[in-house]
Amino acid sequence: MAAHSDHSNDFHQTGEIPKAQTKVIWKTFFILVALTAVEFLFAFTMDAGTLRNAIFIVLTIFKAFYIVAEFMHLKHETKALIWSIIIPLALIMWLMVALISEGSYYFDSITNYFN
Amino acid sequence: MSTSTTLEEPKTGTWDGGNEPLKASYGKLMMWFFLLSDAFTFGAFLIVYGLSRHSHLPYTGTPDDFQFSTEWWPIPEKVFNAFPGFHGVDLPLAFVALMTMILILSSVTMVLAVEAGHRMDKNDVQKWLLWTILFGGTFLGCQAWEWTHFITGTDEGMLLADGSRVFGANMVMNQYGPPLFANLFFFITGFHGFHVTIGWVLLVIAFISTVNGVYHKRGHYEMVEKIGLYWHFVDLVWVFVFTFFYLI
Repeated sequence: MAAHSDHSNDFHQTGEIPKAQTKVIWKTFFILVALTAVEFLFAFTMDAGTLRNAIFIVLTIFKAFYIVAEFMHLKHETKALIWSIIIPLALIMWLMVALISEGSYYFDSITNYFN
Repeated sequence: MSTSTTLEEPKTGTWDGGNEPLKASYGKLMMWFFLLSDAFTFGAFLIVYGLSRHSHLPYTGTPDDFQFSTEWWPIPEKVFNAFPGFHGVDLPLAFVALMTMILILSSVTMVLAVEAGHRMDKNDVQKWLLWTILFGGTFLGCQAWEWTHFITGTDEGMLLADGSRVFGANMVMNQYGPPLFANLFFFITGFHGFHVTIGWVLLVIAFISTVNGVYHKRGHYEMVEKIGLYWHFVDLVWVFVFTFFYLI
């Protein structure tokens, strides 16, 4: 008998389909919407500056946490998996901060020493 | 007779083999590590953006008097202030707000599809996948409009020293600021849009397979879960692009 006609291992639904558990999903959604709304509030009411940028970055990290932890389910994985994802990401954040300040230094060097 | 009891005890620790220390399937783990490497790529783009921006002169005047110039880096809300159907009206960041909402909504419908998959509820998986495809497609359409507007430019353009004007943007020259600004816009939002496009194609494939009952026969909807991981990652990248490109 050809392999494709063997359905003995196929899944068969038995009994009722359980009810959807979507409370946490919608809660996470509203948190994400609220954080985005707060970001816009700051964008329109506050003058640009280091403080405002810091607020934006902190809110972004909160949003990233909710997406990764709840939507991508990382919060409910094993500790080893969580750390193997978080540590490299933390290092790249460090590189980002380091190179942004490097950009300011580079700009200072050009304007002060070469002009 | 006692020699049989001296056999070495089998090791049963977490990392001794024979089990799954991370308690996740091969496919899901590989998706996680692929996404990690992809995060490095996007991280590199955003690092270049930060470095380039800080190595250009910032605009120091009041935001109300802002003029486009190749001398300084533009204020994002002066660049991204157009909305389809509202020609010439200054609506800072309104369109990008809409795009962000659409992408977050698509993420929610995706996670609802994954949840339905855990319950082996084929109809719900179909329904939520279809919503995700719809929102994802809308986001791509919005991005196409955003690019078209960015490339075409505004009515006024940028006045050059010799009295001529520049309209819109290309890789060499743009009306908004230093050439690097437009280059980075194209690379960063373009690379993100490319990811969304791939995710969208994967979603369509998953939808067709779900309708044909492929996953139901298999006994699990893990493929939907893996595509879901990818889709959420695309949303995650947008959260960062949105902050670093449009807000800061």
